[in-house]
Amino acid sequence: MDKKVPLHLLPVGQKAKVIVLLNKGLSRRRLLDLGLIKDSLVKTERLSPSGNPIAYNIKGSVIALRKEETKNVLVEIIS
Amino acid sequence: MGLTSQSSGFSLLKEKFEIQKKPNQKVIALAGNPNTGKSTLFNNLTGLNQHTGNWPGKTVTNAQGTFKYKDNDYLLVDLPGTYSLLANSVEEEVARDFICFGNPDITIVISDSTCLERNLNLVLQVLEITDNVIVCLNLMDEAKRKGITINIKKLKEKLGVPVIPMVARDGKGSKELLDTIDKMIKKEIKTTPYRLTYNKKTENIVNEIEKKLKNLIGNKLNTRWLSLRLIDGDKQILKSIDEIVKNNSLSKEEI
Ligand SMILES: Nc1nc2c(ncn2[C@@H]2O[C@H](COP(=O)(O)OP(=O)(O)O)[C@@H](O)[C@H]2O)c(=O)[nH]1
Ligand SMILES: [Mg+2]
Repeated sequence: MDKKVPLHLLPVGQKAKVIVLLNKGLSRRRLLDLGLIKDSLVKTERLSPSGNPIAYNIKGSVIALRKEETKNVLVEIIS
Repeated sequence: MGLTSQSSGFSLLKEKFEIQKKPNQKVIALAGNPNTGKSTLFNNLTGLNQHTGNWPGKTVTNAQGTFKYKDNDYLLVDLPGTYSLLANSVEEEVARDFICFGNPDITIVISDSTCLERNLNLVLQVLEITDNVIVCLNLMDEAKRKGITINIKKLKEKLGVPVIPMVARDGKGSKELLDTIDKMIKKEIKTTPYRLTYNKKTENIVNEIEKKLKNLIGNKLNTRWLSLRLIDGDKQILKSIDEIVKNNSLSKEEI
């Protein structure tokens, strides 16, 4: 099983390590500022009622991100 | 050495931010991530002497308050809580423009000690813009409860600016902060803010742009930082520089 997934597909409660950000420009800058840096840890906390945005725990803060942005973030699931 | 904003009296406080300060009042900007105790510290320092409104032309709340300490009167400006000064939200634009173009005498960055790594992003960005920075490590009680210890001395050395542990909710650390503010205003504290050096190619381009910027706006603002933003392709910054150039004739008379 491939343990690498785009962040928006990381199941609730699951922890992962950031592999690469494919976003460009401002979107990239924003995600970096929020703490999605290569090798940093991220965990899916919960889904919003419509499934978008999704709340993630990143470096100790819970932050809601939209799928349009997180689909370009590749993470590796940590078991 | 070039003229600093303080010595030339240059500032866009009134024009751009509609901030009225009394002649001898010192301006302090309060920055920080959301939920780090910014409002709590603001209230501690200013008590009832505050007033809130909006930033000119923005739907972002602006709180200003005054206080006195030792020989000085201060105007404290509560900036919007942000994780960064670079991305494209109105809050970040307001915070950034104020720190860069408002030329506060001191910028305080309040940080959450329980997740310092996240908070240091903003700290480093502020250190890139201005020399007169004080970092407050708030929520030290929570950090202690979670078994987190922070080597304050080491952090101070690395960042090159004063670092003050506090528990704003209990008023702890306020005295040390006020004394540090007082010393910084009196120039008894010399800071050596941590600044990134980029790769050679980037540094060369920065130097080129910086030369041109200096011709245009002089030494009043941090031209290195402005050059870096121009490389980012930041259009908002370009607009702000434009305003400055238009204001320049006015400030030259003051110089
Ligand atoms: N435990 C603890 N809580 C604090 C401290 N400082 C502020 N708080 C609490 O943290 C919450 C957010 O504070 P606030 O000042 O509104 O943060 P702001 O969003 O940065 O303006 C409030 O519930 C405060 O009472 C502190 O030093 N320790
Ligand atoms: Mg607040």
